[in-house]
Amino acid sequence: MSKMNAILQGTLNWVDERFPLTTLWKEHLAEYYAPKNFNFWYFFGSLAMLVLVIQIVTGILLTMHFKPDASLNASGVPVAFASVEYIMRDVPWGWLIRYMHSTGASAFFLVVYLHMFRGMLYGSYRKPRELIWIFGMIIFLALMAEAFFGYLLPWGQMSFWGAQVIVNLFSAIPFIGPDLSLWLRGDYVVGDATLNRFFAFHVVAVPMVLLGLVAAHIIALHEVGSNNPDGVEIKKKKDASGIPLDGIPFHPYYTVKDIVGVIVFLMVFSVIVFFMPEFGGYFLEYNNFFPADPLVTPQHIAPVWYFTPYYSILRAVTYPLFGIDAKFWGVVAMGASTLIIALLPWLDRSPVKSIRYRGPLYKGFLTAFIISFFILGYLGMLGPTPMRTIVAQVCSVIYFAFFLLMPIYSSLDKCQPEPDRVTSK
Amino acid sequence: MKKFLTAILFAPVLAFASGVELHLDRAPDKANDMAALQNGAKIFVNYCLNCHSASYMRYNRLKDIGLTDAQIKDNLLFTAEKVGEPMKIAMQRADAKVWFGVAPPDLTIIARARASEFGSGADWIYTYLRTFYRDEKRPTGWNNVVFENVGMPHVLWELQGEQAMGADHKLTLVKPGKLKPQEFDAAVGDLVAFLKYMGEPVAEFRKQLGVIVLIFLAVFFVFAYALKREYWKDIH
Repeated sequence: MSKMNAILQGTLNWVDERFPLTTLWKEHLAEYYAPKNFNFWYFFGSLAMLVLVIQIVTGILLTMHFKPDASLNASGVPVAFASVEYIMRDVPWGWLIRYMHSTGASAFFLVVYLHMFRGMLYGSYRKPRELIWIFGMIIFLALMAEAFFGYLLPWGQMSFWGAQVIVNLFSAIPFIGPDLSLWLRGDYVVGDATLNRFFAFHVVAVPMVLLGLVAAHIIALHEVGSNNPDGVEIKKKKDASGIPLDGIPFHPYYTVKDIVGVIVFLMVFSVIVFFMPEFGGYFLEYNNFFPADPLVTPQHIAPVWYFTPYYSILRAVTYPLFGIDAKFWGVVAMGASTLIIALLPWLDRSPVKSIRYRGPLYKGFLTAFIISFFILGYLGMLGPTPMRTIVAQVCSVIYFAFFLLMPIYSSLDKCQPEPDRVTSK
Repeated sequence: MKKFLTAILFAPVLAFASGVELHLDRAPDKANDMAALQNGAKIFVNYCLNCHSASYMRYNRLKDIGLTDAQIKDNLLFTAEKVGEPMKIAMQRADAKVWFGVAPPDLTIIARARASEFGSGADWIYTYLRTFYRDEKRPTGWNNVVFENVGMPHVLWELQGEQAMGADHKLTLVKPGKLKPQEFDAAVGDLVAFLKYMGEPVAEFRKQLGVIVLIFLAVFFVFAYALKREYWKDIH
């Protein structure tokens, strides 16, 4: 046994002299000191990593059987669409891999939205964590691109018409618009060229960007240390050996805690995968079980739930401005609604970080923002009516007001004093 | 502020009230009724599989619903030579388009595609197949309540008979068919159950497996939670 240990230690030394393995282990796990008061909201970072792994593994397996080909087979069905059904029926466990991937897409957005909301609750984006927030926002944008490209691949009616609608948005840009959308599609309509390039982006380009950004996100986090529900810096109070008094090593404390979170997540995930994979048409839209048909426009084209708030903002803009079409300004508003979140570190002027010590103004604005976000998301799934458009316009104004008025209301707010040390609950 | 929040909270309720309603009859649940599924397969092969393919479905998959390879070969295998082949049809799509105005769609996953906020795909097909009526204005002589101006004639007319649309927008049976109305409903119920099965043959197994997975995770949870408690007992 001691001989075995000597061999292992020798091997480790050999590696450490050539690669900082032990240093990395210590810096990121065994001697990374995280605040001891993480609560429920702190599960979603590690869960996002888990879903990323699920998506990559199931995605690789799907790629082995999926065929990005829009041509029709002998039965008149597009090859790409038929290959998905082949995976569902003839590939051993293909149905499970496919449902994990389709459920994983929605789960990814769910955990990322909760992860972002945690940042807003506890001011995790504030100095010195601005870059973590920026990296996170670019991850979010890359994730939206990944989801959009991936949704075309099954080549159903919603895949086709959703891509058609979104790519057409670019044609609203003055002067270069029509040529730009043609260039993006690679054809005059969404077709085989579009399917193949979206496949390339979905399986190679965007995942590489995502992995790099996730690494940057975590390196930046471990450089400055984690925030916590009290929003106070644990590094300000250290013991004689330089370890934060309120810090505990990530491993083993948070690794064993996150395993519990992972199991609870997997239970929810399994309920969806095994008992309701379509999730009432929200995760797999019913109309997408019809193969793509360029000649039949569906009555109602709705994006998947995670895009609907921004889609609502897009449709809420109904006035032309400076002689340019309303559609263009809708695209601008939609883009701004996602990008403006990245500015939070500079918009927030509050003396405290955490919602626990913020005043009523911020709490009121945050509540109004969340309610608007949900209403916009809900309206984005429905067809437009005059009444719904007005509601969407009001909610869009609240959405932007939350950000644009933040420098004013966050500095006027009556905050409570922050504690010196983290509080345990 | 509060008033305003209440106002935007209730706005979508007002905004929701619009759109066309589609009333669908509920299809009977026969997912575990092997006799019904087998009868549905028989009706499907005899009445549907001449014009509609089910090209993602292999004949030998019908073992799921309690049939043997020999039974499949002797009773159902009209459009292929081997039981491992998919349920394709001989009709050319170009010809079909000329005859019906539109090529009949593949029906393998039709029960999933026809789902909507008004009901499941099975409900839609169950209602659709029972609401054909005589309409001399249509080239086929048939129209449908659920699918207006449909290209397909009433293929099951010899079973159901002929219905006519009254001035009150209600259907009445004007010429009885081989089956009594209740028998016809049951036969369509079998067919719809089969279409639903064919849409996702793995569905029943998927649910059984899900129960096992959840039990495993529940046990795993107990151990993981105990481990967490053990490690954290000194952290205050």
